[in-house]
Amino acid sequence: MSMIVLPIIAGLVLLAFVAWVIGIFNGLVRLRNAVKNAWAQIDVQLKRRHDLIPNLVETAKGYMEHERETLESVVKARNQAAEGSKQSADASTQSTLESGLSGALRNFMVVVERYPDLKADTLFANLQEELSSTENRIGFARQAYNDAVMMMNNKVEMFPGNIVAGMFNFNKESFFEIEVEAEREVPKVSFS
Amino acid sequence: MFELIQANRRRSWWLMGGMLVVLLAVGFICGFSLFPATDSFVAGGYRFFIPLGGLIGMGIAFSIWGFQALLAWTAGDRLLMAAAGAKEIRKEMHPQLFNIVEEMTLAARLPAMPKVYIIEDMSLNAFAAGKDPENAAVAVTAGLLSTLNRDQLQGVIAHEIAHIANRDVQFMTFAGIMLGSIILITEVFHRAIWYSTRAQGSMRRYSSRGSKKSDGTAIILLVLLVISFLLAIIAPLLAQLLYFACSRRREYLADAGGAVYTRYPEGLASALEVISRNPGDKAKTSRAMAPMYIINPLQAKRAFNSLMSTHPPVEERIKILRKMGGGTGYQDYARAWGGVSGTSAVEMPASAFQASAPPPHTPAAVTPPPLPGQAAALTPQEARAESQQRHRDTGDMLRHMHHYRFLNCDCGVKAKIPPNYPHSQVKCPRCGKIHKLS
Repeated sequence: MSMIVLPIIAGLVLLAFVAWVIGIFNGLVRLRNAVKNAWAQIDVQLKRRHDLIPNLVETAKGYMEHERETLESVVKARNQAAEGSKQSADASTQSTLESGLSGALRNFMVVVERYPDLKADTLFANLQEELSSTENRIGFARQAYNDAVMMMNNKVEMFPGNIVAGMFNFNKESFFEIEVEAEREVPKVSFS
Repeated sequence: MFELIQANRRRSWWLMGGMLVVLLAVGFICGFSLFPATDSFVAGGYRFFIPLGGLIGMGIAFSIWGFQALLAWTAGDRLLMAAAGAKEIRKEMHPQLFNIVEEMTLAARLPAMPKVYIIEDMSLNAFAAGKDPENAAVAVTAGLLSTLNRDQLQGVIAHEIAHIANRDVQFMTFAGIMLGSIILITEVFHRAIWYSTRAQGSMRRYSSRGSKKSDGTAIILLVLLVISFLLAIIAPLLAQLLYFACSRRREYLADAGGAVYTRYPEGLASALEVISRNPGDKAKTSRAMAPMYIINPLQAKRAFNSLMSTHPPVEERIKILRKMGGGTGYQDYARAWGGVSGTSAVEMPASAFQASAPPPHTPAAVTPPPLPGQAAALTPQEARAESQQRHRDTGDMLRHMHHYRFLNCDCGVKAKIPPNYPHSQVKCPRCGKIHKLS
């Protein structure tokens, strides 16, 4: 009797173990895909920003005769960033280009404050809302990416996920962090 | 966050199971009391009794629930939106609202952007609906749009999106239908007992049958009947308590989600403060819809956490959000919750804490870019102008929904022409220029 029962129990235990490993493995795959998808979302939003800027500059041009430099720096930064993403530059270069664009845009928005007529233009107001929403989206997409990375890393590092991750070669992902010092700095405010 | 959803889902299944047991028990009791017919068969030397009436009652109870649940599953959000008087809008009508919903969709990593609905009402409220995160919808009142600033609106939308991501909508719909079915069945049952002669008839049938057998069985059956009456009274209460407890927990969770997604708890906190002043007309709100809103209009004035509340008291929710300080993780929310409610027993599932070490902040999270109407310090004039602009935008959106036409005059006047305007020309009220209507 026990000759039959023992192997059956052993087989069942093995089966349960395999099912458990498969469950964890699938969980890891799901998390890794979530990370990939979240990264792709950031690119989508950056692209959206590139597409938006020409319209914005075109609308602002008429009102901002004396701010040629500001506008040109925005266009230049935009073109560099767009070119970089077209040629799929490596992540750190692209990140530098994008933060350059962010800086130029911030500068532009400060200058806009000096032109009440421009601010009152409906078309421009709409574009400005789109632009600030896009900036938000980039931020939220990066935030979501970091959330996804954190969940992946927790799973990879913590028991029992770490064993399965080790067996099938799942690695920790790296967080999105600002590499450009200038962008980390808190903007200076002066009341002169 | 995914782990949080999983824990949420697990607990939901337990609660759903509990309510299903109550539902089936109610069905059984009603069936058994009204038709105490039994059948029996002998197997293996024992006599088994089959309470036919009870089984039929169970079947009926289950199908009442099943039918409604199926209806809710196929047409749930449209039915809800129709009940609330909400209309779907397109992006052109209110770009800012659309942008906010899309931003929060990104932050919550939902698979698709929910549809956006507007409730034409000047009260302040919002809710979410939908059978799953792929087919969800959020609705806000026109009053909310014209009152809240962008940050506050973002907090509200984040709360609703958190409901969608946690699958609260779907779950509360099913639980709500189950609660409704239990109440319906017991109500019918009580009426059947009190108003019809059928119950008396069955009692008589009972005792006459009992006397043919032994008196002992008759007494047992009578005791069973009394117990079943009591149960039929208790069951709906029990189901209601389960439902409300679950609803409150999910509100806390959605508040936490709102703070985590926006990384700015103050937005939601101040929005709740504003909304609690005018969450809606009690007379106009349907009782079925009330628990779904961000603040329950029927219970808005409650300052304490009673067993029958669908939402925690607003003051407490605001206090928790404000106590989060600089932190914006689930853990921070749980700590603040413990501090406010004075208990260490935290309602967040343990697995949530593993995933709540705050991840590195991104630039947008630390210093949100300057938004229109979010300048560092607004002068009273600017604030007034801004709120005027919001009123204007909301008014334009509502006119859009009612097929008004808009005409921009060169002098800066925006003429709004109603759809039933009879003439072919419009004179600008400021500069007197005549515009032709095409």
